[in-house]
Amino acid sequence: MVTASLHKRKSDLANSKRQLEILSNGIFQSEDLPKFADKIAETSQFPLRSKTLEVLQINVGYMCNQVCEHCHVDAGPDRQEIMTKETMLQCLEVIKKTGAHTLDLTGGAPEMNPHFRWFVDEASKIGIKDFIVRSNLTIIKANKKFADLPEFFKSHNVHVVSSMPHWTQGKTDKQRGTGVFSQSIEALKELNAVGYGMPDSNLRLDLVYNPSGAFLPANQASLEKDFKKALLEDFNIHFHNLFAITNLPISRFLDYLIASDNYEDYMYTLVEAYNPEAVKNVMCTNTLSVSWDGYLYDCDFNQMLQLPVNSKVKHISEYNEYLLKGRPIAISQHCYGCTAGAGSSCQGSVT
Amino acid sequence: MQKTYYDPADLKKFGNISDWNEELGKKFFDYYGKVFEEGALSEREKSLIALAVAHTIQCPYCIDAYTGDGLQRGITKAEMMEALHVAAAIRGGASLVHGVQMMNKVNKLDM
Repeated sequence: MVTASLHKRKSDLANSKRQLEILSNGIFQSEDLPKFADKIAETSQFPLRSKTLEVLQINVGYMCNQVCEHCHVDAGPDRQEIMTKETMLQCLEVIKKTGAHTLDLTGGAPEMNPHFRWFVDEASKIGIKDFIVRSNLTIIKANKKFADLPEFFKSHNVHVVSSMPHWTQGKTDKQRGTGVFSQSIEALKELNAVGYGMPDSNLRLDLVYNPSGAFLPANQASLEKDFKKALLEDFNIHFHNLFAITNLPISRFLDYLIASDNYEDYMYTLVEAYNPEAVKNVMCTNTLSVSWDGYLYDCDFNQMLQLPVNSKVKHISEYNEYLLKGRPIAISQHCYGCTAGAGSSCQGSVT
Repeated sequence: MQKTYYDPADLKKFGNISDWNEELGKKFFDYYGKVFEEGALSEREKSLIALAVAHTIQCPYCIDAYTGDGLQRGITKAEMMEALHVAAAIRGGASLVHGVQMMNKVNKLDM
């Protein structure tokens, strides 16, 4: 069981450059597998370019109450990177003028940022169509000061998206830590109690599933059916949609793949499942990711790999949607994770 | 010549059987694909049946394929092992139920 971040453990893989080396060497250097750029070129999709911005995703910090084995952020209680109020004010200015219809707050556990509630309060006044907070559920049970989060979310009409790797205790706790399953169940019951996830309720509650190992997620619709049936029968819990997300081979998941001798097989699995249809809808083409210190990335994964946007505009303080549009997306072999099978994004499958 | 009868890499080459008989290969894979589609049984139930049968016929390719398939579908270890015991029970039962034949024969011949 992982208890500290790669950064805290001073692991080689805490260094994003080292991760990018691994993703470009070995089976890709020897050309046993094609590089992502060459693969998308086969269907004339290189370079991948950003389209009209639809989703502004803001990472308000890497601190988290959990240390999940597969975390691509390498988040944990020991991470100190937290967005300041000053950067949040710059974000608010951008939210006011953006054409994006969705604002998506993520982390770490975004609720652990000391300015989180103030920021949600201010951002919700701007009236963006879909305001998502990615909540890990256990945070609601972690400390008394978080106990009123369901009511807080409700009063700001926030769309809650939560991780739930399985409907059984064993698999959930193995991936996310002992006790995570029962705390998540309790938190889901509390969200249901205030109206979240109930049939016909406007208070959206969606769950995120990612595989607890070196395999791809199954069909999103059939997984959703299984989750709904099990959570309703066993715990009387309701939710709206399930997003099935593929684990990308970076950070702690990459560390796990290498340590368990699954890295090469997993990359083969991703490349064999490559779907050019998914490339058309990958999230980096309609999303912009803002890091805790205000820098801009094509997606949260590129943020963790420190692959900045290919644009003159690098920071939220110099934001210009017009200049950012049409930029070539920064890619490496981790991108195969978003194009495998039905495709994968923060909103689930893309085909 | 390879030193073992089975190579995990061969599983990926299953489709190559069509190279030497395209018509029958195609018919087989079309049939195979159709069998595993959701019908009166769910894809999940079919995957568990396939896993149990894979162990009954002791096909390493099939065990590899349907263990991975089960994990993808969120099938738990407990469910997988129970499916195997169903296979084992039928397999063991098939031997033992012939005991009735043995008993009939003994009862007929024995004074």
